[in-house]
Amino acid sequence: MSGIPLEPVYGPPDAELPGQWPFTRGLHESMYRSRLWTMRQFAGFGTAEDTNGRFKEILRAGGSGLSTAFDMPTLMGRDSDDEMALGEVGRAGVAIDTVADMEDLFADIDLGTVSTSMTINSPAAIIFAMYVTVGDRRGVPRDRLGGTLQNDILKEYQAQKEFIFPPRPSMRLVTDVMRFCSAELPRWHPVSISGYHIREAGSTAAQELAFTLANGFAYVEAALRAGLSLDDFAARLSFFFNAHIDFFEEICKYRAARRIWARWLRDRYGATDNRAMQMRFHTQTAGVSLTAQQPEVNIARVAIEAMAAVLGGTQSLHTDSFDEALALPTEDAARIALRTQQVIAYESGVTNVADPLGGSWLVESLTDELERQAEAIFAHIDSIGSGSMLDGVIAGIESGWFQAEIADASFQFQRKLNEGRWIQVGATAFTDGDDTRPSTLYISEQVEEQQLKRLAETKRARDEAAVDAALGRLRADAARAEINLMPALLAAADVYATVGEVVQSLETVFGTWVETPSV
Amino acid sequence: MADQLVAPPLRVLVAKVGLDGHDRGIKVVARILRDAGMEVIYAGLRQTPAMIAAIAAQEDVDVVGLSMHNGAHLTLAPAVVKALRSAGLETAVVVGGIVPDVDLPKLEAAGVASVLGPGASADEVVDAVRAAAAAPAAPAGP
Repeated sequence: MSGIPLEPVYGPPDAELPGQWPFTRGLHESMYRSRLWTMRQFAGFGTAEDTNGRFKEILRAGGSGLSTAFDMPTLMGRDSDDEMALGEVGRAGVAIDTVADMEDLFADIDLGTVSTSMTINSPAAIIFAMYVTVGDRRGVPRDRLGGTLQNDILKEYQAQKEFIFPPRPSMRLVTDVMRFCSAELPRWHPVSISGYHIREAGSTAAQELAFTLANGFAYVEAALRAGLSLDDFAARLSFFFNAHIDFFEEICKYRAARRIWARWLRDRYGATDNRAMQMRFHTQTAGVSLTAQQPEVNIARVAIEAMAAVLGGTQSLHTDSFDEALALPTEDAARIALRTQQVIAYESGVTNVADPLGGSWLVESLTDELERQAEAIFAHIDSIGSGSMLDGVIAGIESGWFQAEIADASFQFQRKLNEGRWIQVGATAFTDGDDTRPSTLYISEQVEEQQLKRLAETKRARDEAAVDAALGRLRADAARAEINLMPALLAAADVYATVGEVVQSLETVFGTWVETPSV
Repeated sequence: MADQLVAPPLRVLVAKVGLDGHDRGIKVVARILRDAGMEVIYAGLRQTPAMIAAIAAQEDVDVVGLSMHNGAHLTLAPAVVKALRSAGLETAVVVGGIVPDVDLPKLEAAGVASVLGPGASADEVVDAVRAAAAAPAAPAGP
C-alpha cells in the first residue's frame, strides 16, 4: 500500500520455490500474482428454478464458478415422491428427479463457458449423465464441459454417510466416470477427493489430511487396476479440504498435503508428469466452527479461515455465510461471504507474494509434523490392506475403523468445549451482549408440492417403453463388470428415467449398504 | 437423594430419522448421556417413525432422542410422536439439531418435549432428557 517494492517470492537461494516439486509452497511460481483463486459459492435449495435464480445472482455478483447443493433425497438416490423423501424435498439443497429438472437448473447459463461443481456422491454418475445430456441437447461439445463432480464415495462410508451401494460396486461407478471423462471430457474433474466432510464429522486436522490422501491413493489404485494411464487421469483428480479455525495448523495441512501427494505419486505410483503430481484443491470454511449464538461473530471466523486457505495456496474457495448454524443462508448473508473473499483478494495484499509464510520456523516445522502424523496413518492403512491402499481403505471402512477414529476425535473435542479447555467466543465464553437472531431463509412446504407436480408431469409426458428398455439395458450392463455404465446412464437420462428408478435398477445387481450402528 | 440412588438408570433410544446422514451430533449426545449414567441405544441411520416406535416398545425406553439437520423436523418429529402414541407408548421425544425458532411452537404442539439447538452444552442435553422423562407424556398433535 505504501509503495515498498516486493519480490514475487522470498527465500534463500537453495530453498524450494513455489511451483517446484514437491510443491510444498504452492503449485505455481507466481501463485495469485498472475491468477486469483476461483470464488466458488455453493448454493442449492427448493426447486431447480429457485436455485437457477441464485446461480444467476452469483454470476452477476462476480462469482466465477457454480457449485450445486442437492437435497437429501437426490443425494440418496430417491425420487421426490418416494415415501422416505417426505419432508426433505428441496430442504437442504435442490431437488433433481429427471433431466427435465437439470435443464431448469441451468436455464440461460452457458455450459460451454461456466465451470460447474456438483456435490453428489452415491448417485454421482447418474446426475452427471443428466448434466452431460443437457449439454448434448444444447449442442455444447462434450470437450467444452468444465467442472467437478465430487463423486468421492469412500468418505461417504467414513464420514458423511450418504451411501447406497456397497463399497466395491460403488468404486466401479467412480472408475467408470473416470474412464468416461478420460475419453471424452478433458476439462472435467471426475472425482473431488474430500476431506471436508471427514473434518466436519469431527476428525482432527491430521486425520483429515491422512484419510483424504489415503482415499486419493485408493482411487489411484482403482484407476490403475481399470487400466487407465496414471499421468493422464491423476492430472484430473482434485481435492477438497476444510478450512477450520486453527489458523497455522490449517495452512500447514495444505502445504503437507501437496508435498505428500507429489512424493507418493512419483515414488510409489511412478507418475512422471508434474501435472499428475500436483495436488489441486478447493477449500470451504468450516461449517462446524460457526455458532448459533451471536451469529455475526461468524463473519470474523470465516475471514480467518478463508485467509488460511489462501495462505495455504487453494485453487478455489467457498466461504460460509454467518447464518449457516441456523439455516441455509439468505442471499444477503451469502453476499457478505463472497465479499469476505473479495476483501482478501483485492485489499489485504496477501496475494502479492507467493507463499508469504514459507520459511517461518513454526510453519515449516508444523508442516513436517503433520506430514509425519499422516505417514503413520498411511502405514496402518497399508498394513491392513496387505500392501494396497485401496484394499486397506475398504477394510478400514468395513471394520468401522475410520468411523470410530472420527467419532472418538469428535467426542474429545466436545469434552474440551464442555470443560472450558477450548473457547468459542459468544457461545462458551463472552456470552453477554446482543444475541438477536438474524432473519433466516425459510423454505416453504410448497416446494415439495411444486416438485411433486413437476415430476408427475414429466412422467406423464415420457415414453414408458423407452424408459423400461433403458433400465433393462442398465441392469444388463451392471451385471458385467467390464462394461462402462456411463453410456447406459446417458441413455436412461435422455428418456427421462428418474434418479430413483436408475438407483433401484442398479440395486437389483449391486445390493445396498447398511452401516452397523455404533457410538 | 436416596430415591435417585436406587432408581434404575434412564433408558434412552437415540436415532436418525429420514435420509440425513449427519451423525456427529447424535454420537456425541449418545456418549454424553452414557457418561451421565443412562442406558443408551443407538438405532442408527435412516430410521422411519414406525421403526423407532417398534424399537422403543421392544427396549422399553423412557425417552427417544432424534437428531435432525435436514430441515424435515416439522414432518418427521410429529410423525415419530404419532407412531409412538399409536403404539400405546408414552415415551417422551426430544429433538436436537438445526430448528428455526419459528418452528418451536409447532413442534411443542405436536407433542415434542423439548428441542436442543446448536451449541447446547452437555449439561443442557442431560437436563433436557431427565426433564422429558419426568414430565407427563405429551399427546401427539392434530
